[in-house]
Amino acid sequence: MRLNYRIVIFALAIIFGVFFSMPSLLQTQNGKKITLGLDLQGGLHMLLGVKTKQATASRIKSITASIKHFSDKNDILVDDLVFNEITINFTLLDSDDTKQMKEFFDAMDGLNISINLESFTLSLTQEERIKTEKEAISQAIETIRNRLDQFGLAEPVVARQGEEKILVQLAGIKTQEEEQRARELISRAAKLELMAVDEDRAARVYTMSDSDAREYGDVILEDAKNPDIKYLVREIPILDGGMLIDANMGFDQNNRPLINFKLNAEGAEIFGDFTGKSVGKRLAVVLDGKVYSDPVINERIGGGSGQISGNYSVVEAKDLAIALRSGALLAPIYLMEKRSVGPSLGADSIRASMIALAGGFILVIIFMVIYYRMAGLIANIALIANLFIILAVMSLFGATLTLPGMAGIVLTVGMAVDANVIISERIRELVYEGKSMHKAIEDGYANAMRAILDANITTLIAAVVLYAYGTGAIKGFAITISIGILASMLTAILGTHGIYQMLEQKIQKSKNNRLWFGIKG
Amino acid sequence: MEFFKYTRTFNFMARSKFAMFVSLALLTASYTLLITKGLNYGVDFAGGTIVQVKYDTPAPINKMRAKLKTNDIFASATITEFGSPDEVVIRMKTTSGDVSVDIGDITREALQGTGNFEVRRVDIVGPTVGAELKEKGIMSMLLAVMGILIYVAFRFEWRFAVASIIALVHDVSIALGAITLVGLDVNLDVLAALLTILGYSLNDTIIVFDRIREGVTNSKKTDLTGIVNESITRTLARTTLTSLTTFFVVFTLFMFGGEIIHAFAFTLLVGVVVGTYSSVFVASPILIWFGFDVKTYHAKLANKAKREAEKQRMRDQYESGIM
Repeated sequence: MRLNYRIVIFALAIIFGVFFSMPSLLQTQNGKKITLGLDLQGGLHMLLGVKTKQATASRIKSITASIKHFSDKNDILVDDLVFNEITINFTLLDSDDTKQMKEFFDAMDGLNISINLESFTLSLTQEERIKTEKEAISQAIETIRNRLDQFGLAEPVVARQGEEKILVQLAGIKTQEEEQRARELISRAAKLELMAVDEDRAARVYTMSDSDAREYGDVILEDAKNPDIKYLVREIPILDGGMLIDANMGFDQNNRPLINFKLNAEGAEIFGDFTGKSVGKRLAVVLDGKVYSDPVINERIGGGSGQISGNYSVVEAKDLAIALRSGALLAPIYLMEKRSVGPSLGADSIRASMIALAGGFILVIIFMVIYYRMAGLIANIALIANLFIILAVMSLFGATLTLPGMAGIVLTVGMAVDANVIISERIRELVYEGKSMHKAIEDGYANAMRAILDANITTLIAAVVLYAYGTGAIKGFAITISIGILASMLTAILGTHGIYQMLEQKIQKSKNNRLWFGIKG
Repeated sequence: MEFFKYTRTFNFMARSKFAMFVSLALLTASYTLLITKGLNYGVDFAGGTIVQVKYDTPAPINKMRAKLKTNDIFASATITEFGSPDEVVIRMKTTSGDVSVDIGDITREALQGTGNFEVRRVDIVGPTVGAELKEKGIMSMLLAVMGILIYVAFRFEWRFAVASIIALVHDVSIALGAITLVGLDVNLDVLAALLTILGYSLNDTIIVFDRIREGVTNSKKTDLTGIVNESITRTLARTTLTSLTTFFVVFTLFMFGGEIIHAFAFTLLVGVVVGTYSSVFVASPILIWFGFDVKTYHAKLANKAKREAEKQRMRDQYESGIM
């Protein structure tokens, strides 16, 4: 028996492997563990797109609202203030106001303004449009992340994928209701608007068409509870949810859940100004295009607080408050890809792949011992060490184990012994040629080395490409295969070499090639 | 135990004409299948919706069909058994982009009254994502092949690289043919399996090529066919053994891995068999047909050694201060 550096490194690698794979294997409280992929533990994976065009449209709308507020406040008479998704048009009645109006726009960036006498045409500049669309995506990611963080699931993943996609992964969703709630929370625009009811024409709302309403600068909205009830409100909102700073669930005097919201200083001022002028008129509280309530304004409301009452359950009100608090989505999102796996299916997959792993592993191990005897046993030690190291490395990096990842480990078992097969065959050859045991082992390793390296590197090339181009679960396959190959260099090449060097004299003395390498002579 | 004890060289290359016939026949069959029947792209690449439902009794497929017919969403739906009689998948070509409405819920509602069941999986892949995954898939295949080609050309010689790539194309084509024949859905996992076949089949080829390279470099013989035959014979035990161990694990994966991993395991199973065959009977003969010349290679090696020696001499001179 002789110690050598190879056996020391191998021993250290085994200790490393066993030590760091324990937290995952025994599911201990502390220590870094492998995360199970959504396909194994069950969960929801979604790829969302953002309808960015609508972000510019809502930007236009909120600029219109600010023009309205500015002109009202400064007694500028504006005629025909209209907007569509791209442009805003209006005319000043008094040309003396042109200067003041221009100054107001100068303070805003990103506007194309063309003035023809007293008539203004505004649109967003090209850069501003691109910027708004980009912001809509980042803002959607931020908003969804905020909402999910408050939803109470462990470690939700919200990340940008590519230029304009949002990846959402929710592990550990156990019930259908939970999934439903999560999806509603994510997709809710949560766009709060306070709008003035057009009292002059409100009575005619049921006989009016949408285009009629537009003629008057109005829009017809449905009631949130009863779609048959309709409201005629001014198209330009008084203010929107962008000025909202807080929202919480509360209860009304009948102990029904409602939502209290608070506006920022600017919003509070606009709200105060409007309510002061509109005593006796109605204010529509509009959320995502539906009217939730239309209280009559009794007096000027300062302080910038308000309420949204609806027929909510406590859970709904809570989720809605989260959505409002996290901010509105500037643009609606839509589903590009969704994969949801129930926990029972995940458990089945784990069971099936464990059976495959154990079955394949046992077959290979038995086969190696029958074929190579001691050499096979040594290869098996390396194989077991390899498995531990794969688990340890994955635990340390907090890598995700997916179903294809499990398949990768199973496959590694088959391929990792390849190195030992090549080496053993080389040693056998040299033993047949009558070389000394020392020479047979050293030359056997040297001869086999080149082939093993070339073979492993090409497999690694395929694995790296798979990692770079693969998505989701497939990446897990590339990870386990890559770690398995790299670990096999340490275990199957270096480790077994160390064992042979340690046992060399013993093998030499025994002269039993049948026992050691499974060959006669 | 020994399967093959090296006693004499088998003349593999004498069989290469026959092997070529077999390969061409298999390739023709594969491409005919691919052209006439076509690959059956699954939701990952074609886009669409999958709902997997498990009953606690055998699934009442006819009853399910009748129930689903009542909702237009399921107009294009097909129901097939999935792994066991209890479990089925409902496939649709359509997708919905609405985040808040879930096809799982709709299915649950529609199947109400057909027995005790559980919706276990919902996959929705929108058309843009499907197209993107397809593009990425093709790109990854090309990139992997390119990377391997460059590496083998660098480590061996260009003829080795081209021969191994032809063997790879051969293997992947036949695997695709087999997939088409059985009518498996081609999803991301099948792509992963195909890429694994690339790596695996190349492993085999490289082990043989490494021996050929060794034989060419070390032996005085200039008869390439002889060297190839000897190299294949000498690596035969390894080739068989590794193929066997890999086959074992892939086979257990195929048998016990569950329905979801089925297509993946099947593709690998075909790949292991074809990959082993091709490294002996496809890659090596091509090397000979390409006119790899041992004498030229020897001369090149000698030249290279001479240049190295010259460089070394210059370096020594430089270091000893002569220049």
